[in-house]
Formats: sequence, C-alpha cells, structure tokens
Amino acid sequence: METLTINNAAIKVNEEGYFTDPSQWNEDIAIEMAKQQNIDLSGKHFEVLHFLRNKYAEDVPLTIRKVGKSGIVDIKEFYKLFPGGPLKISSKIAGIPKPVSCV
Amino acid sequence: MEDVKEMTADKVVAKEKKEVKKIMVICARGTLEDVYAALIMANGALAEGKEAKMFFTFFGLDAITKKKADHLHTATVGNPAFMRGLPTMIGGLPGFEALASSMMKKEMDKLDIPPITEFFEMIEAGGGEIFACKLAADMFHLKKEDFIPEVKDIITVRQMYELAEGEGTHMVFI
Repeated sequence: METLTINNAAIKVNEEGYFTDPSQWNEDIAIEMAKQQNIDLSGKHFEVLHFLRNKYAEDVPLTIRKVGKSGIVDIKEFYKLFPGGPLKISSKIAGIPKPVSCV
Repeated sequence: MEDVKEMTADKVVAKEKKEVKKIMVICARGTLEDVYAALIMANGALAEGKEAKMFFTFFGLDAITKKKADHLHTATVGNPAFMRGLPTMIGGLPGFEALASSMMKKEMDKLDIPPITEFFEMIEAGGGEIFACKLAADMFHLKKEDFIPEVKDIITVRQMYELAEGEGTHMVFI
C-alpha cells in the first residue's frame, strides 16, 4: 500500500497506482490523475469515468465491450479517449480497482 | 554440480525483462475454441496497449468467412476433453455438435465474450489488423468479398513476416 498526494489529499493506492478506497475520488483528483497519463479530461471522459464508477458500485464486472455498449462511446472512441489500454487507464483515473476480465 | 547451479542462477538474474510490444496471432484452425483463443489473445494485447495483428490460414479462414464466422463448431468427436466419458457414437449423432456448440456459446455470452463477428469489430476498433493467407484463400477459392469487412487484405507469408517486424514482437500459432 502506498500513498499518493494529489491536490493536498493523501490517496491510498496499490503498487500499480490504483485507488484502494474509491470513495477518496473526486473530479478534481481525476483531472490530476489524467494529466499524469497525458490526457486532458473532456465531458466525454467524465461520462465514461462516472459510468465505470457506477458499474463498479453495482458490482458489475467491467469489460471494454460493456463500455462500448454503454451508449456513451463506441469502442473506437474509447480507445481514442484513453490511449494505450483504455479500460485499465480509465479505471485508474476513475479511482476504481484494475479490472480483472480477459475480454 | 554446485558451480553449475550458481552459474545458472546468475544468468537468470542477469537476463533483462523485455516488454511485449506486438502480438502476431496466426490461426490455422476453424474450431470454435481455437478461434476464440486467437481472438482473446489479440484483443487482450490491444486492451493492454500493445499492437495486435492476426493472420488466418487454412481452416482458420472459416473464422473470417462471412457465411461461416458465426457458425463455428467445437468438435464432439475426436476430442477426448469434451464431456469425458461420452461415447464417441453419441458425439457423432446428427445435430449433437451443433447443440454442444450453441450451449458453449450461451456460456460465453454470460461472461461477456462476444460472438465471433462482433469480436472482430472490437479488434478492428481497437486498432488491430486482420489478414487472410493468400495461398489458403486461393486453395479454398475465396475472394476478398467472401470475407468479413474487417479483413484488411489477403497477403503472402512474406508480407505477414513484414507485419511482424520490429523489436518486442511475439508470434503465436494456433
């Protein structure tokens, strides 16, 4: 367990940088997290992040396919919004654990 | 013997960990489970931020042929891992293979594993590229229009190796 300081808040993260307590998340922290990945968050980004957080809260296992069927973005747009591994990067910025699915 | 052990251990430690950057999946089989294995590996590479290319040859062409892609079967005869104890003759009854395959597809759907053609759409959307083998396509008299739209081109082995070029490429044969 490590601690990350963002906007003067001490965020608890695991060794890969994923939040261990999703309730510590807010949009300002997400903006800072995204900057580290060279992403400027837009409205679409936030819609995806909230979708991921809601699904996580409902205990729904997350996959790229589910995000593609969310009605917010299609899969191509999802890859464009979060380049270099869309689901793992968006989950990190959304303050939820790394998804474990193989699809 | 003591010395050998030490030398081996040193070598292991000294080995540098190199990142997998690109996956080239070659699929020569047309059975449901083999094609899914190929798709899951290619799609998984894209999801991890790696490059992925797919090359289909021989019976693997079924997976990218419009009329066959969503009707692939798993073998119920000659497949000892399928329902252990099932008499071969039962596995060979008309319709049995189709039934078993549709049951497997239902189970996959529960795990959010998409049907074959949708899987190819996902891979293309993620930046993956799909190719057909020229020699096999000629042999089965298949043309570009017989393949699903995600098939980028029909290429030779030489072109396939060109696509695999670069440091950190891993080739997987199915």
